[in-house]
Amino acid sequence: MTLDITHATLIEQRDIIAAKKVSATELTQAYLDRIQRLDASLHCYHEIFVERALQVAADVDAGKITGPLAGVTLGVKDLFCTSYGETTCSSKMLKGYRSPFTATSIQRLENAGAVVIGKTVMDEFALGSSCESDIDGGARNPWDTSRVPGGSSGGSAAAMAASLAAATIGTDTGGSIRQPAALCGVVGFKPSYGRISRYGMVACASSLDQAGPFTRSVGDAALLMQIMAGADPHDNTCADHHVETDLHEVDQPIEGLKIGLPKQYVLEGANHPAVQAAVDAAAKLYQSQGAELVEIDLPHTEYGIPTYYVQMTAELSSNLARYDGVHYGHRTAQSTPDLAQLTALSREEGFGDEVKRRIMLGTYALSSGYEQKYYDKALRVRRLIKNDFDAVFDTQGDGPGVHAILCPTTTHPAFKRGELIDDPLAMYLNDIYTVNANLAGIAGISLPAGTVDVEGAALPIGIQLLGPAFGERTLLRVARQYEKHAGHAGLRPTL
Amino acid sequence: MSQTITETDVRQVAKLSRLKLTDQEVTHFTGQLAAVLGYIAKLDELNVDGVEPLAHASDRHTVLRDDVPGQTLDPDTALRNAPDQQDAFFKVPKVLGSGGGGA
Repeated sequence: MTLDITHATLIEQRDIIAAKKVSATELTQAYLDRIQRLDASLHCYHEIFVERALQVAADVDAGKITGPLAGVTLGVKDLFCTSYGETTCSSKMLKGYRSPFTATSIQRLENAGAVVIGKTVMDEFALGSSCESDIDGGARNPWDTSRVPGGSSGGSAAAMAASLAAATIGTDTGGSIRQPAALCGVVGFKPSYGRISRYGMVACASSLDQAGPFTRSVGDAALLMQIMAGADPHDNTCADHHVETDLHEVDQPIEGLKIGLPKQYVLEGANHPAVQAAVDAAAKLYQSQGAELVEIDLPHTEYGIPTYYVQMTAELSSNLARYDGVHYGHRTAQSTPDLAQLTALSREEGFGDEVKRRIMLGTYALSSGYEQKYYDKALRVRRLIKNDFDAVFDTQGDGPGVHAILCPTTTHPAFKRGELIDDPLAMYLNDIYTVNANLAGIAGISLPAGTVDVEGAALPIGIQLLGPAFGERTLLRVARQYEKHAGHAGLRPTL
Repeated sequence: MSQTITETDVRQVAKLSRLKLTDQEVTHFTGQLAAVLGYIAKLDELNVDGVEPLAHASDRHTVLRDDVPGQTLDPDTALRNAPDQQDAFFKVPKVLGSGGGGA
């Protein structure tokens, strides 16, 4: 195949397959070849399903599998259970774990005809912003392999940037889709909490976890969300709101819409000048498209990180209690006198440092004598953070009534591997612009906003747009207009 | 204002967390957890009297489904990933012993 179709958008690829210009088998093989050529240095994939992917592609070509994603390849974060291959969360704890079922969201993509090409590496149990806590060493940033791709969905972001699938799927608990998307120069979309079923996602922090896609375009992100979304009897937090995001809607102009610029996101000296310049340029672009810019106040922004690290670790410590060395997962080979010792040693051996740190932080925050000081306090501050967003998005009251918020995704482009690995607090501050969306349950998307030269490497930067809970339709419209006019679409590294 | 966490605290939390840490880990984690807790103490700046706690942002509460039998895992599938098993059971060392205190 001579044409560079692997860099096309998912929708373009789907249409090319449907028109029988290229077969699903040829396209799947083209991706497998790219992975063969590039993944030894990028480490995006934990496991590749060569035979299965080619079989599904052959079934698409034979007309046995049809649907809106027929024949397009997907990489899936190794946190989604699949009834084929392993599901490890990049942890020794789950090495060799074979799920008896497939996550609802992934099953829906497969039912629509998608070819799952492999499982992507991540920070262990989705805890991290660099992808370095993967047991096998983590994915590299395709723009500069000495740098991190971001995390926790780092393998999915890097695979998307390197065109090692037509799209990839990740999860975002505090920024784990949007931050790596910004650092890798791709679209990363976290829909509202509850938009997509969490059934079959290995639980991290259940009130914050949300699945979403990495894509080459906003239209692709809209399509994938539409297919993954919707009520699921296996997840009672999954919303039954009707999803309407067809491309026709997404491509509508934004004249008359109000875009909020939060003054708390332009902290003096915090942002890399190129990041700030990208946000300023996006604001001008929106103004030129007929949108109204409004300065807004989100007064509790700075309390997001401390609130998040109390609540997420509290939920995590509870969720990860299931790894007991008995039912599934790692069991110590050492002889232990009783069950409690067996569990404690199995967990000690099976979990990496960041997992242990966060389990202990959460246990501490929930322990007798500290629950009021930490956990209860964090829940109340979480309310204040959500109230901030409710006030600016409310179009009925006296507030600014914005339709979307424009801000940076991260303060800086990708940092070097090893730079923050043993400084948890500095690592946590990577999420400073992303966590509040998870705490408030609202939707967010990171868009490629060009590159900046850092020490001889061109590194991508991103801008972030936030929209109200279940307001994805308008959010994606606003995102699409930036993509259409900013000239950064199709950005990719030379590989 | 910041709450200093000691090595004794970390050992107790590790025990509650069912983690058998090495002495080296205890020292290493104590400093790191103290730094994070120091940052979390920022929440003390806020007065939250009268603010309702928010445990999750979902607008759905107590969603019920019809009580009808559905498909469940058969014992072989459920035991497939178990580190040790016998007949249709998960196999473990004796449960009663040194008081179940973990680490």
